[in-house]
Amino acid sequence: MNSAPRKFFPRTRPESAAWWEASRHHSLLLQRCSKCGHLQFYPRIICAACTCDSLEWTPSAGRGRVSTFTICRRAVSEAYAADVPYVIALVQLDEGPTMMCNIVECDPESVTSDMPVEVCFEKWSEEITIPQFRPVPADE
Amino acid sequence: MDSLRGKVAIVGAAETEVGKVPHLGATALCVDAARRVMEDAGITKEQVDGLVTCNSMTEPYMYHAEAIAEYLQIFPRYCVSANAGGGTTFSTIQHAATAIANGVCETVLVTMADCLRTGLSREQAMKMQSSTGHPEFEIPYGPTVPAFYALIARAHMDAYGTSPEQFAAVAVSGRKHAALNPNAQMRELISVEDVLSSPLIADPLHLLDCSLVSDGGAAIILTSSERAKDFPHPPVFILGAGEGHSHEHISQASSLTTSAAVESGRRAYKMAGLGPDDMDIAQIYDCFTPVVLIELEDLGFCKKGEAGAFVQAGETGLAGSLPMNTNGGLLSHCHPGNPGSMFALTEAVTQLRHQAGARQVEHAETALVHGQGGIMSSHATLILGRERGG
Repeated sequence: MNSAPRKFFPRTRPESAAWWEASRHHSLLLQRCSKCGHLQFYPRIICAACTCDSLEWTPSAGRGRVSTFTICRRAVSEAYAADVPYVIALVQLDEGPTMMCNIVECDPESVTSDMPVEVCFEKWSEEITIPQFRPVPADE
Repeated sequence: MDSLRGKVAIVGAAETEVGKVPHLGATALCVDAARRVMEDAGITKEQVDGLVTCNSMTEPYMYHAEAIAEYLQIFPRYCVSANAGGGTTFSTIQHAATAIANGVCETVLVTMADCLRTGLSREQAMKMQSSTGHPEFEIPYGPTVPAFYALIARAHMDAYGTSPEQFAAVAVSGRKHAALNPNAQMRELISVEDVLSSPLIADPLHLLDCSLVSDGGAAIILTSSERAKDFPHPPVFILGAGEGHSHEHISQASSLTTSAAVESGRRAYKMAGLGPDDMDIAQIYDCFTPVVLIELEDLGFCKKGEAGAFVQAGETGLAGSLPMNTNGGLLSHCHPGNPGSMFALTEAVTQLRHQAGARQVEHAETALVHGQGGIMSSHATLILGRERGG
């Protein structure tokens, strides 16, 4: 038995299995309603705009902006202590939907609201790879 | 929607010792609050035919209200436990008042307690932290409860130029009132500088921007307004009640800076036939300081973006235009988790009975109490008054 503290792995659900499978292959998916065109995240069995059940997966370009953020000075649990100080942010994708993430691969103090970011992926296990966001390089 | 206006009254209010209460567990505190409130209302347990509780984190039950009824050996015809604190606490008052107004039951005991300060095991504390947030798309990133609220604070700063000093002013205002409250957990006066020099927990929130972790319980007794005159203390009437629900997870909120307090407030004012200018005092949910500013704005006490200056100008002090959180609030009086809002209610009753001693607001006739649960998710507003109204 490995007794080292373990991060909170996502409790995945049947309706998001395809989403996690795509994440494992470094693709960030959204759902598009084939009736009204609404784009949504997180995965649902219905369209959150028109309630129909006709949804298709569509890849996000993986670009967005930081809507708001904080720097956690105290970890939520022992497993996150090594990451302190770490950034929790809400990122609004260019396509519209918002998701929570850490802003990684940068100095937490350099993060600002409205900062352009791009998706990257962190492999946690054979099954679980979670999307994260990092600053878009300055020369882009 | 004036359906409940003046139909139901609060005829008992009491709280237990709060802060560190190691000699009582959560169940015992809940029962102690019940015992005290029945004494305050001058009734025996046989007269209680409705019971409302909320579950405890430290001593949870599958059916909490039933467990408390069993402990008390009462056999209510209306028995319900609310699942979460904040707004839910007040929405249960709306449910209970509806039951009374419709003749489902006559005398409802609402009692809530927990002991997060001394009773929480390491495992329970962990479970509590990891149960806030979306289990699939938020929790893995490691957000703490202060971090969730820091996201809101930052958004308010970006939108309106609100400053950490203005957040700090909320904590300072509440502490002044706690200093006058013999039952408050934290009574030593603090300054804006003290708040800003306390450790950063999740930028821009400092330790003193965060509410307390406490043991404690509070209870009230509700009955019909017709019966209310038969009780020893002046009744406090429920004039308005309203709820608003916008999301559960903060990453799904349609706005970070305007909350469903807009709807809950509007519904409560409409039922009462009153507006923000008619409120003599307000008890506003203050789990973190930025929440208070957003609620003051959304409940119509200030325009958007102006609540920081309002608090800094002393308007929420006992001599201000809107004495707020007159017991010290969750920031300074106590915050035992789910039952937190109950103390806002017992304080409003104490103020409207004119029994608040050194912290009494003169001639207080009307009060607004507001709670929120989740991460600015569920909002519930009550408007209370000494007069039953038309």
